[in-house]
Amino acid sequence: MNYQFQWGVLWSGQSGSWLLQGVLTTLGISALAWILAAALGILSGALRTVPWRPLRAAAVFYVEFFRNVPLLVWMFFWYFGVPPLLPRPVQDWLFNHGAEFWAGMFALGVYHGARMSEVIRSGIQSIPRTQFEASMAMGLTTFQAYRLVIVPIALRLIVPPATNESLNLLKNSSVALTISVAELTFQTRQIETYTAKAIEALTAGTLIYLVLCVSIAAVMAWVERRFRIPGLIARGG
Amino acid sequence: MLDLAVIASNFRFLVLQGLFGVGAFGGGTLRLAIPAIVLGFLLGIGVGLARLARAPWIRLPASTYVEFFRGVPLVMVIFWIWFIIPQLLRLPIPEYGVALTAFVIFEAAYFGEIVRAGIQSVPRGQGEAAIAIGLTPAQAMRFIVLPQALRNMVPSLVTQMIVLFKDTSLASIIGYVDLTKAAQIVNNREIRPFELYLFIAVVYWICTYSMSRVARRFERRTAAA
Repeated sequence: MNYQFQWGVLWSGQSGSWLLQGVLTTLGISALAWILAAALGILSGALRTVPWRPLRAAAVFYVEFFRNVPLLVWMFFWYFGVPPLLPRPVQDWLFNHGAEFWAGMFALGVYHGARMSEVIRSGIQSIPRTQFEASMAMGLTTFQAYRLVIVPIALRLIVPPATNESLNLLKNSSVALTISVAELTFQTRQIETYTAKAIEALTAGTLIYLVLCVSIAAVMAWVERRFRIPGLIARGG
Repeated sequence: MLDLAVIASNFRFLVLQGLFGVGAFGGGTLRLAIPAIVLGFLLGIGVGLARLARAPWIRLPASTYVEFFRGVPLVMVIFWIWFIIPQLLRLPIPEYGVALTAFVIFEAAYFGEIVRAGIQSVPRGQGEAAIAIGLTPAQAMRFIVLPQALRNMVPSLVTQMIVLFKDTSLASIIGYVDLTKAAQIVNNREIRPFELYLFIAVVYWICTYSMSRVARRFERRTAAA
């Protein structure tokens, strides 16, 4: 291999500020998309349990359709397909305020909302019914049973898979580069284009992603340990 | 408002060229997804077994491999392969080779985790009993543990195959003409993004949903046996 390494390109010129902007955009779009995904996940999860069929069907349709289609297709759909159908003033506002960021955020949030819904549902389903029945037998009201027994257990069961899913969301935010959101992967490519130093640029981007993922995973592992109920969930740690 | 004529007039190109890869561009989602799934799973078995090895010089590299690729976006891995392979081999590689290499390497990490969990879900006594009746460790793995492990793995394997199938759309970033790229090509001419992207969303959905249907039937049959 005949390649001249020049690690200097990463801190000379604009590379440093590009990387920093990339990290901030990645974190920003992921955080907003995460809030949207959590809200949609909880909402559709709740709607799947209501005793009215059309609402249940709508929630099932949302989950099954949106999580089974590639995120990239949703990016193109929300960025190229939907804005032309919006009213004129909304379109103007969007294209003056970074339409690609909002479309990317929306695509990411709606896609991961459908996946989050499955995570939440399987977490709640894995709580034995007897927990609820025992709470009733102890004389708790339904509200108390949820507040004191079901929700605390459910949250602990959901945290590990939800962390996993949140990291997927963070990594998937890189797909937004296809609609030219200037996130971390986009900036990495930009450095590569300006300096023709692909390996250095990709190394920087890759390491930043690894550091972000590993540190989030470490924090969540600490949260999990901190709030563990001894004997309830058998997990090494 | 929905202009379905644009779908009808480009249906052949989108499905034949984009999905099956029959046409002037080569390409094709299925032509990429099927080998990627098979090879990724085979490499994943190796990675999963290596993670369970007793010798640290086998186990640690495998663990590092898995942790590394699970912490990096697939898009990044595709760019890595795209830039590195021509540098290493001193010859240009077609998009197909780049995409296939990236998917196999990346997904093997995820398949490896599934294989490891599947093997660990088989009770220890099974392997011990196999050794006790005179099988070698390799035979015990091949005839006793792996068949049971594979059955336990089916649900998560199918989920991962569906993920990989969807991920092949990212090959369009480096110019591979799959279903997504085919829709882009048609859209450049027709400017009907809403209809076209919704249509390929439905095509992707039909493929992934039927995969999960087949898996559910398969699960029921093996559970009964």
